[in-house]
Amino acid sequence: MSLEPQELDELKSKIGRDPTSTELQIVAAEWSEHCSYKSSKRHLKMLPMKGPLVITEKGYDSGVLDVGGGYVVTAHIESHNHPSAVEPYGGAATGVGGVIRDILSAGTRPIAIFDGLRFGDIEKDQQARWLFKNAVTGIADYGNCLGIPTIGGEVEFDQCYENYALVDVAAVGFGKKENLIKNHAKKGDVVVLMGGSTGRDGIGGSQFASDSLESEDRSAVQIPDPFIEKLIIEAVLEARNQKLIHAMKDLGGGGLSCAISETADALEVGIEMDVSKVHTRESDMHPDEIMVSESQERMLIVTTKTKLKKLQDICKKFRIGCSVIGVVKSDNQMHVKKGKKTFANLPTDVVANATLLNLPSKKPAYLENIEKEKKFKPISNYSKTLLKLLGAPNIASKIWVYGQYDHEVGIRTVVKPGRDASVLRLDNGKFLSAKIDGNPKQCYLNPREGAIGCFEEACRNVVCTGAKPIGMLDHLQFGNPKDPEIFWTFLESLKGLTDFAKDFKIPCVGGKVSLYNETPVGPIKPTPLIGVLGLIDKTPLIPQKITDGDCLILVGDTKDEMGGSEYFEYIHKFVGGKCPAVDFKSSKNNMKSVLDSIKKKLLKSAHDCSKGGLAVAVSELCMTNQIGCKVSLEKIPGKKLDVDRLLFSESHSRYLLTVQKKNLKKLEDILKKNKTAFKQIGQFSGDSIVFSKGNKPIIDLRVDKAQKTWVNSLRDLVLHG
Amino acid sequence: MKVGVVVFPGSNCDRDMYHVLKDVFKLDTEYYWHEKSLPKNIDAIVLPGGFSYGDRLRAGVIAAHSPIIKDVQKMAKKGIPILGVCNGFQILVESGLLPGVLLKNESLNFMCEWTNLVVENNNTPFSNQFEIGQKIPIPIANGEGRYYVDDDTLKKLKKKNQIVFRYDEVVNGSSHRIAGVCNEDGNVVGMMPHPERAVESEINPIDNKPSTLIFESLLAKMGVSN
Repeated sequence: MSLEPQELDELKSKIGRDPTSTELQIVAAEWSEHCSYKSSKRHLKMLPMKGPLVITEKGYDSGVLDVGGGYVVTAHIESHNHPSAVEPYGGAATGVGGVIRDILSAGTRPIAIFDGLRFGDIEKDQQARWLFKNAVTGIADYGNCLGIPTIGGEVEFDQCYENYALVDVAAVGFGKKENLIKNHAKKGDVVVLMGGSTGRDGIGGSQFASDSLESEDRSAVQIPDPFIEKLIIEAVLEARNQKLIHAMKDLGGGGLSCAISETADALEVGIEMDVSKVHTRESDMHPDEIMVSESQERMLIVTTKTKLKKLQDICKKFRIGCSVIGVVKSDNQMHVKKGKKTFANLPTDVVANATLLNLPSKKPAYLENIEKEKKFKPISNYSKTLLKLLGAPNIASKIWVYGQYDHEVGIRTVVKPGRDASVLRLDNGKFLSAKIDGNPKQCYLNPREGAIGCFEEACRNVVCTGAKPIGMLDHLQFGNPKDPEIFWTFLESLKGLTDFAKDFKIPCVGGKVSLYNETPVGPIKPTPLIGVLGLIDKTPLIPQKITDGDCLILVGDTKDEMGGSEYFEYIHKFVGGKCPAVDFKSSKNNMKSVLDSIKKKLLKSAHDCSKGGLAVAVSELCMTNQIGCKVSLEKIPGKKLDVDRLLFSESHSRYLLTVQKKNLKKLEDILKKNKTAFKQIGQFSGDSIVFSKGNKPIIDLRVDKAQKTWVNSLRDLVLHG
Repeated sequence: MKVGVVVFPGSNCDRDMYHVLKDVFKLDTEYYWHEKSLPKNIDAIVLPGGFSYGDRLRAGVIAAHSPIIKDVQKMAKKGIPILGVCNGFQILVESGLLPGVLLKNESLNFMCEWTNLVVENNNTPFSNQFEIGQKIPIPIANGEGRYYVDDDTLKKLKKKNQIVFRYDEVVNGSSHRIAGVCNEDGNVVGMMPHPERAVESEINPIDNKPSTLIFESLLAKMGVSN
């Protein structure tokens, strides 16, 4: 875990001498994949990052969107995969902490957390169960203590994450536009390190995360302290209100090395710092350790000498550490001293800008035959199959997870977790809807279509609340990029996301790349995770209770796209088949139709049709409303398909709309006007979920029985194995 | 009428409570940092929820030693209405103002969900607008919310009418399904559920907001019309 030989030569030639040991540590941290994005950066530029609502400022760690009325929303996404795989509680908790500080860095108050969790086969693998349980507790203990609601996310299990964990955390912030920190610094300003003390935890964390997980290096995992983080949030916001912060950066991967070099580089200044001024947890720490420690709950703040006293008073009030560790210079050097002795003195642009790589890529051989399907034994009892799917870990209710997260604190949560996307009220009278989605099963079969599918699914979820997508976050998680086949899947996913973002005019406001996600048995499946933020100007669609006689409309065509479906993978244990593909034109049409009908207040609810296909989506409506439904399979829009496909295909761009009879005509008019494929496929009544073809019932499942399985199976699995 | 919201390091429902008191019920509301003292002319005090001192040692136990608690104790003696919600309840218990203790939930997990309360005592400044037996849908959000008292204390609580709210069903294993209690004089009330999360229709699609009456009881007690 250090510089590659050619990187060392490059460093030597750039600075014209041999680096000191401290310099080596600093540069190794900053040039790590985790901090420098050296493999991905030149390609990430393809994503559209600008838009009418996007505000860009130098040195921001989060994306900023103008939501009107003088207010902004900030958003960011991070993962903590390597740490969570060895120490799930601390890894997941500090993952939350890190992304929260990114939101804080812009000068906005964090108002929501989302988490995407992925583990191995929880039904067979005890280790996966342990990782899952502890990651959830880690997130709960951290987020709950901060008083920031965790309002959404997803949980998925797949064998490709065996002995591993993907823990992705996204956060949203909110604040006044005038309070945004406009990062700037001038010669003579002071550099302050605020918050928790610097210890030996998390040393070399960014390099640890930039390599395959071979050793369970627990010392590279940081120790969480949500109480300090809460104090930092309040102290920073108080300092922000008093205009004491000229520039601010969170200490994350690479610790002080990254924070100092990146701040100096972004603001085009130099920083001279003294490691002996850093408040440490232990007394005998070496400068190298201080520079690369990734101890949590620390912020770097640049302020003026005159404002310093007020900042110190605020820190004193909250009893958090506040050390003046350096001063701003005009020489563009990062100068690290201990007392009078120099330990490192490097040009900031050398440290902060690793040479970008141009890695080779090659279409993976496994993709050649992946779309071929197998003949399966015919299903004799579809009711049983549906019940089995409802209890499948990837489909079962996640109430055991989100019930442990405080999702109401902050009193903004209008639509609570467990629905399509959660909705928060904002102070300007508008509403924010957000969702994160991933689908490694589909991305494995077709990295491009799979990634687009994740993006569209996240859009569908916010559209179901009446929100127009205004921004996207991407988190690209892949295996070792030096494997050309893996790098090809990365590029394909990225290109797909770029095409969709451009076509739908949804700017990418933030993102993260996590590479080297390798398990003992090989690389993970490509796992891009997409977050979408949506804005509702007036009234969100809060799902109303479905009652007897309400009509069920399916929008969008169901296609022969079973690849990556839960039906193939969970029921038939088959990996392969045709990956669902998004047709941009009908996707846009369907989104518009749903938004139009929500705006006209015609719907009782709108529900996205995804994992488990139509059969599961209809069941979810029935179970959450405790009412039966009769669906006619021959009415499903699209080409003629067999029963398996009609019930379980996971085609995109589909929505289930619930409408009262009296509004049916008006709804149909809107859908027709927009040339949307749709049909009334059923009606709610009784206490059973019924799918029939002709007059023959294919599925007949009691709602209460389905609900029991759906609600309890994940919890039972975690608690009793 | 002046209401004080006490803020401890780690309080996190202080801003929610302040918003409800000030913007929804139009009360003259002010924050008081835990190291400050309370003014003599204060009419009611609320200890909000959160994780004071990160729940170190035991929820509420460190905050119970904050300087401001001496003032809160004095005000309690004077009969001033005091409400502790969630962590505020834990602090009132730890500072000896209310009987009992709060233990980890039976599930050993943090629980965030809506539940139903039943009103047992409508003779406190935070329950005088309810009918006895009235149900209140309300959210809970806690890890250490299981109220526990021994049998003798429970008998005493019943006798002195100190049980203010009970859960309609078993939620977390609390003794006698207790969700909220008061002191013998009835002016100090503690409850685990969060009334401030249930009083605005925008974020409460569940019911017609009987939880509002918790705050309206205070207004009635003070003779303020809203």
